[in-house]
Amino acid sequence: MPDTQALVMTFLTSLKNATARQTAELLRSVISQQRVPYTNQAGALIDAVKAVGEQLIAANPVELAVGNIVRRVLHIIREEDLSLTTAAIGELNLSAVSDDENDDDRDGNTTLSAAAVAAAARSTLRPPSLQTLLEDTPVSAAVPQTSSSGGDSEGKTADKSSRSRKLKHDVIEAVNELIQDIVTCHEQIAEQAVEHIHQNEVILTLGSSRTVSEFLFAAKEKKRSFRVFVAEGAPRYQGHLLAKELVARGLQTTLITDSAVFAMISRVNMVIVGAHAVMANGGVIAPVGMNLVALAAQKHAVPFVVLAGSHKLCPLYPHNPEVLLNELRSPSELLDFGEFSDCMDFGSGSGSPLLHVVNPAFDYVPPKLVSLFITDAGGHNPSYMYRLIADYYSADDLVVQRRAIAGN
Amino acid sequence: MDSRRSSRAVIDPKVRQVGFFTSAPLPPDRTQSDPPDPIRSPPLADASSPGNSLSPVMIPPPRHPSDSLLRLPHSPSDAFPPPSPTTTTTSLGDFSDDVTAASSPPPAAARVRGRGSSVKQQGAASSFPGGGFEVPPSVKAPSSVPASGLTTVSVVKLPPGISENAGGSVSVEVQSDRALNSKPLKEKTSKAERRAIQEAQRAAKAAAKAEGIKTPAVTALANAKSAKSTKPSPQRNDSAVVVAASEKKGGDRSVEKDRKKDVPHPRMQYDDKSRVQKLKKRSVVKPTEARNRVELFRHLPQYEHGTQLPVLQSKFFQLDTLHPAVYKVGLQYLSGDICGGNARCIAMLQAFQEAIRDYSTPPAKTLSRDLTAKISSYVSFLIDCRPLSVSMGNAIRFLKSQIAKIPISLSESEAKATLHSDIERFINEKIILADRVIVKHAVTKIRDGDVLLTYGSSSAVEMILQHAHELGKQFRVVIVDSRPKHEGKLLLRRLVRKGLSCTYTHINAISYIMHEVTRVFLGASSVLSNGTVYSRVGTACVAMVAYGFHIPVLVCCEAYKFHERVQLDSICSNELGDPDSISKVPGREDINHLDGWDKSENLQLLNLIYDATPSDYVSLIITDYGMIPPTSVPVIVREYGRGQLWIYEECDPLASPGRCSDAVFFVDGLIFYPSQHLVLSFWFPDRPPSGLNNDLLERSDNFVTVAENGNFTNFEL
Repeated sequence: MPDTQALVMTFLTSLKNATARQTAELLRSVISQQRVPYTNQAGALIDAVKAVGEQLIAANPVELAVGNIVRRVLHIIREEDLSLTTAAIGELNLSAVSDDENDDDRDGNTTLSAAAVAAAARSTLRPPSLQTLLEDTPVSAAVPQTSSSGGDSEGKTADKSSRSRKLKHDVIEAVNELIQDIVTCHEQIAEQAVEHIHQNEVILTLGSSRTVSEFLFAAKEKKRSFRVFVAEGAPRYQGHLLAKELVARGLQTTLITDSAVFAMISRVNMVIVGAHAVMANGGVIAPVGMNLVALAAQKHAVPFVVLAGSHKLCPLYPHNPEVLLNELRSPSELLDFGEFSDCMDFGSGSGSPLLHVVNPAFDYVPPKLVSLFITDAGGHNPSYMYRLIADYYSADDLVVQRRAIAGN
Repeated sequence: MDSRRSSRAVIDPKVRQVGFFTSAPLPPDRTQSDPPDPIRSPPLADASSPGNSLSPVMIPPPRHPSDSLLRLPHSPSDAFPPPSPTTTTTSLGDFSDDVTAASSPPPAAARVRGRGSSVKQQGAASSFPGGGFEVPPSVKAPSSVPASGLTTVSVVKLPPGISENAGGSVSVEVQSDRALNSKPLKEKTSKAERRAIQEAQRAAKAAAKAEGIKTPAVTALANAKSAKSTKPSPQRNDSAVVVAASEKKGGDRSVEKDRKKDVPHPRMQYDDKSRVQKLKKRSVVKPTEARNRVELFRHLPQYEHGTQLPVLQSKFFQLDTLHPAVYKVGLQYLSGDICGGNARCIAMLQAFQEAIRDYSTPPAKTLSRDLTAKISSYVSFLIDCRPLSVSMGNAIRFLKSQIAKIPISLSESEAKATLHSDIERFINEKIILADRVIVKHAVTKIRDGDVLLTYGSSSAVEMILQHAHELGKQFRVVIVDSRPKHEGKLLLRRLVRKGLSCTYTHINAISYIMHEVTRVFLGASSVLSNGTVYSRVGTACVAMVAYGFHIPVLVCCEAYKFHERVQLDSICSNELGDPDSISKVPGREDINHLDGWDKSENLQLLNLIYDATPSDYVSLIITDYGMIPPTSVPVIVREYGRGQLWIYEECDPLASPGRCSDAVFFVDGLIFYPSQHLVLSFWFPDRPPSGLNNDLLERSDNFVTVAENGNFTNFEL
């Protein structure tokens, strides 16, 4: 446990440039080092992950990807637990039919069945997805029976110990899969590029995003020739970086200032941008200036396409996202302190300074401005995002905070 | 309907012809309609108007109210704010005889002139007392418009007191509908003709409306004037006949020419190889082509920046064709020392002033021709340094028209003095005073507690903010800035020094900051006839976001920057800045990704200077003529671009309805004050003024009928 604590602390300090993958790796080590009790292993794992996740999220609430991964891992634990339980119940059902009457004496020590009930109950709490609906039906039907039944206790303890190891193992396996997904999401998104970019297309993008550059490269590799306008994305000027990469790959690239976006968008066929996070309502948290681009695109009826890996899907609905999900960066990016030192007479005189500098890092693009999301799971409408999110997260985890009365 | 249309189509040019040819006796250098030439020098006016009145008959000017007849020295008594003490009221003064007669020593050309619109009725003549009109149909119609049933009735009206001197003329052209319809259809109509047709149709509609209501009034009017007009009528008849015979054809042609002049010249397209070659031969500056030209902007000049300046500086002493003042201004444009529409325009005009001062006409040449050529060469040099802004183009047009108008009789020194004062007055009235009026208007739109957003740095907006601050209004300013010029920093510094509370941000954060903003004030480089605001690049973004947030966008622009051109996007006409300033971010050494890459074939750096804001995003345009919706821009261009100045007034007519109880509102948004002889700002078609007892009157092209104490008067606009 101290090891993980140390890991968490170092991670927190480096959270500024944390990625989803790093979060997942951290949580994997948290899980692997977590000692699992015999009873309610899932609950213990969840608590441990939640404890760490809470810290991570509190460290930088704007970095939504971290919270997403914490929730994904929690969801994985629940799923794995559930699948193990269903498997166990499958076995138990056979015996349950035979000893239906003598259940009263047993239910004292059938903690497992209680956990199974809880899991089943939780699974019913989850928003229904087509997949889970189909899979869950036999389980929930089985629950009343299993609750009143139990296997023979000695068989079960052996079963339990093997299963506890199995659960942890499965969870780590699944987290590994998640990490793999995060790593490969760029390629998966890029594979769809040829479906969206045609010959002689003119594409506009703002700032720089690895997903976007891979997407464009993929189209280029498929011998599509098209031109790209890159808005530089002040004050980070990531567009310069993207322009350089695109030019190195032999794409016709034009670098423009952000203010020229409106002027140029009338000649653009498609806007392709990356996102910082995608909210449950289909809104996008993106680098600052994106709302401008989206509005201009809407005005000129240019499709506004957002590329986002599934780890960027956030199950939260935004409230006042421009303020609450934003980050104000240093004014020095805009104004040279030395140059304006004579204007910044803080504290002297009337008390409130005359000069304020606002330098937000993110923009919120409302869902109505987004034409299409391309995730590693294909293209989706903004209105479908909530549904996609229900596949990845369980409703219990939306608020990652340990309850006052933690399980066990 | 169709038949009516076509028949009018035929008639209308004839009507114009009639109107024009009566004016033919005017000195030839004055008859042409000119590009906007808003200011006339007092000496010129003084010299010319008596000259005009010496002609045997006072004849209404051809088409455009900018005509010289209206040049009267201005009396201080009836001026509003005295922005243009010489000419502002001249065109207004002729709305009523007594005012002008009292105020202006030379005979006022009080004219009431209808172009088939004022009094149009079947049997029109019968409703007029015979004495009121010379009965010209027999004389005029055959000569001017042969074979048309058109009847023209002209009334010469004289101001009281100076009636012998042929103070003015009233020509009322009466046409009968039957006559119109009987005219055979003409096959081909040119563009200009078609436009004329449209105008005629409007005029006819107005007349038809007026016919029912106002005939008695007009009769009364005619009656009143008949007594005065009896005397000079024979004279007039004579001249009309003479003129009719001689001038008819020439007149027609020059009208056509006028019409064509209305259409703005196509601009230089830099993808036209032959023209570019031609241009290069002439030009002093020898720019090198940019390496990576942006394909989309091949029609715009894309030259290497930074190379011309040292070359030109070294050439300073070798150029004999250019005046040093002009040269200096050109270099300042090139280096970016002078930027901003007003500053550039003023600098250019002052350079021209100096050039004119030092100018002497070479032997065997006329001043007007040679000087015009000189100015043209200066202008092409300035274009080489930096493409002209619309405001500069308008100023140059004004200057050239003033040069062309100088009578040959004038001595060189007089002519130069005239031009000098003309330029002086253009600067004063069209820029400096206009800004002052804009500030007065705009300040009324600032309330306590407002958060005002502005983009870049506009001189007009800066003045507004400072003035509002001086008035003690409590407000906060948000300055939005953008790369690569960062003009907002300078504005920020100046405003903070003045003690205004400012928030500074960059254009990408506009959606973030717009939540707290209550008004957006923007400057403009130009306002185009379709309401498009042509301004610093990024203005469109700001206006768009403000529109999305339902925040009013107020564009502050002097009327001399209005242009009759139209534009839909920012691509067709624009200016490209130095591409290198895109790849480098001053003060951020860490942004050096593109070092060395800008030589690459595939990378183009695009530094647009302007963009076009669609009129939908603009709530209001504040000009020196008042606060107008963008839809009224063409009205301003048409009504005021012709060269005369109207008196404008500071008060918002809608805010103080009592003040404008006698106002007349026209359907196209013009407000006319008969009692003060003012044409004021505009009302908004979507917000018609209430509580006013006037009907909305339809207005013909340059003629209105106005209800005044139960009497109806016809006025020419």
